[in-house]
Amino acid sequence: MENKEIKDLLVPMKQKEDTSEKISSPSRTFLQDARRTFFKNKLAVVSMITLVLIIIMSFVGPGMNDHGIDDQDLSRAKLPARVPVLENISWSGFTGVLSDEFQGDTVEQATTNAISRYSNQEEFIDIEVLDEGDGSRNSAEVKATYHVYEAKDMQDQYYWLGTDTLGRDQWTRLWDGTTVSLLIAFIAAAISLLIGVAYGGIAGYYGGKVDDVLMRILEVLVGIPNLVIILLMMLVLDPGITSIVIALTITGWTGMARIVRGEVMKQKNQEYVLAARTLGQSNWKVITKHLLPNISGIIIINTMFNIPDAIFFEAFLSFIGLGITPPDASLGTLINTGFDNIMLYPYMLVFPAILISVIMIAFNLIGDGLRDAFDPKMHK
Amino acid sequence: MVRYILRRVMYMLITLFIIATLSFFLMKLLPGSPLNAEDKLSEEQQAIVLEKYGLNDPIPVQYVNYLGGLVQGDLGISFAFSNTPVTDILMDRIGPSAQLGAQALVVGTILGVLLGLIAAISHNGFLDYTSTVIAVLGTSIPNFVFAGLLQYVFAAELEWFPVALWGSFEHSILPTIALMIFPMATAARFVRTEMVEVLGSDFITTARAKGVSEPGIVFKHGLRNALIPLVTVIGPMAVSLMTGSMVIEQIFAIPGIGEQFVNSVMVNDYPTIMGTTLMFAALFIGIILIIDLLYGLIDPRIRISGGDS
Repeated sequence: MENKEIKDLLVPMKQKEDTSEKISSPSRTFLQDARRTFFKNKLAVVSMITLVLIIIMSFVGPGMNDHGIDDQDLSRAKLPARVPVLENISWSGFTGVLSDEFQGDTVEQATTNAISRYSNQEEFIDIEVLDEGDGSRNSAEVKATYHVYEAKDMQDQYYWLGTDTLGRDQWTRLWDGTTVSLLIAFIAAAISLLIGVAYGGIAGYYGGKVDDVLMRILEVLVGIPNLVIILLMMLVLDPGITSIVIALTITGWTGMARIVRGEVMKQKNQEYVLAARTLGQSNWKVITKHLLPNISGIIIINTMFNIPDAIFFEAFLSFIGLGITPPDASLGTLINTGFDNIMLYPYMLVFPAILISVIMIAFNLIGDGLRDAFDPKMHK
Repeated sequence: MVRYILRRVMYMLITLFIIATLSFFLMKLLPGSPLNAEDKLSEEQQAIVLEKYGLNDPIPVQYVNYLGGLVQGDLGISFAFSNTPVTDILMDRIGPSAQLGAQALVVGTILGVLLGLIAAISHNGFLDYTSTVIAVLGTSIPNFVFAGLLQYVFAAELEWFPVALWGSFEHSILPTIALMIFPMATAARFVRTEMVEVLGSDFITTARAKGVSEPGIVFKHGLRNALIPLVTVIGPMAVSLMTGSMVIEQIFAIPGIGEQFVNSVMVNDYPTIMGTTLMFAALFIGIILIIDLLYGLIDPRIRISGGDS
């Protein structure tokens, strides 16, 4: 009995064509692997798409309405955001009305407060009583809604993100500011990349005395906090895009130089470099054709993290008054103006603050994604 | 070890000397003087004012005087607040900044370590993702955006905390939160990565096999080893606290060093700017030095030698 059962279990294997030599999937190069890993990372892909959209908008956005970046008109200053269609949805924030809660001893007093706050345009203010009050100090509360666009007789006008204190269109300024911020970040990152790779590459490749001298210089530079250098440079140079780029690049390349030097030192003793040299390649060719492609991953990752740093520092400088000067705008200056009006006109702060946050998050997530993508351990 | 410390302190002094020299000559390039047009001074009076600031001397003499003053802790006299030495201004204002920085660093690091710990224990679970999201937001979103959000929501709308100014402990809560987000997020990310790695290593398996309790494994064996590399990120944290102090003190109108710096920039008060810059530089370099020394002490694998560091 038992023997029979075991015999049943042993089924003869069918003769098939020889498959043992077949490769299960096509072999991929490192870069293909990296690309696959990157595109599998949903967050990184979403960030990439968001960023591309923001970059496109920063070019297209200012032209989407006919308000210029410096079209000042005090009569239409501090208008809230108003967008067609969305203006009919009361909670959207794009309704083109200002509203706030006002207190007073009685309802009438609170109402008077509200009306005087909104330029005495009584017929354009809706009053909603929240609390009747009992006559004691500030016990009554009303909610006032001021229809600014009607009051200014501009029903046919739409400022999608409102206007600032000088009546300039925030939509136009926001996207123009984004262009400036991104431009500064990209140029600063690119220059840091060039200097850093060249400096680190030379130090690492030639080694010896050259390396010693270059590294001592670097050590002194790294010792000086970059915040201090950036602030000093901004004080001396005329404010503007060029000086911000200079200030950021003076300190920005040191990190890259250190990393590249380390990598080059690791790679230059590998067999493929020896082979290339034996075959008579010049130093320049060895560096550009053989070494650089092999350390490109780490360079790309480092640059991706340099860009948000540059965006932050630009915004920081503009915020403390050392950056971009009016009438030009950057995300930092817009946020700075927003802070001056945070209590009465919060919309001036909200939009640039959201945009800069989204940009920073996107860059960081892409950087994380790239770091995983270039890490062979993460390849499946 | 002693030789190493001495060498590092020497380097530090040289760096500070370079910064002092650099800032002195850069400031000399700039226009502006303690004189202003509103005072309508006669030429004699102008000469007296310039004499008081030592601006009549040739620049090399001014430079030597400046360095001489520095050695004695004299940073010069402020242009904006006449007759007030810069050292006094900075001393007046160091209190709020130090309190804010210390609170943010301590609370932020502790919360960050806890967050990272929770994330590592529930590896790939819901709590892990939540704390990762918090960490990404915290490292990405600029601290002034946080400050604005906190100020608007918790001070202006909910009225739980004072909107601005300095005084009681309540005044310091919102600025501390705004300032601590970055240290917190950085620490959380770091501790999570390290903990995941440590918890997967052989000695943890050994400890488990020997019957060490789960809290014992996490805290005694895991966290202790994961915390060592955290020392390396104190540098970036210090930078974020300094930039943060300028922005956040400005937003919350706190009379600290950062706010003084921004205001001095507005009115071209060069002696104060130079003094503040030097102080920031000294602080930063000092912190880096302490970190390097600490690192050698904590981690026995790193031997500090007289050679390359």
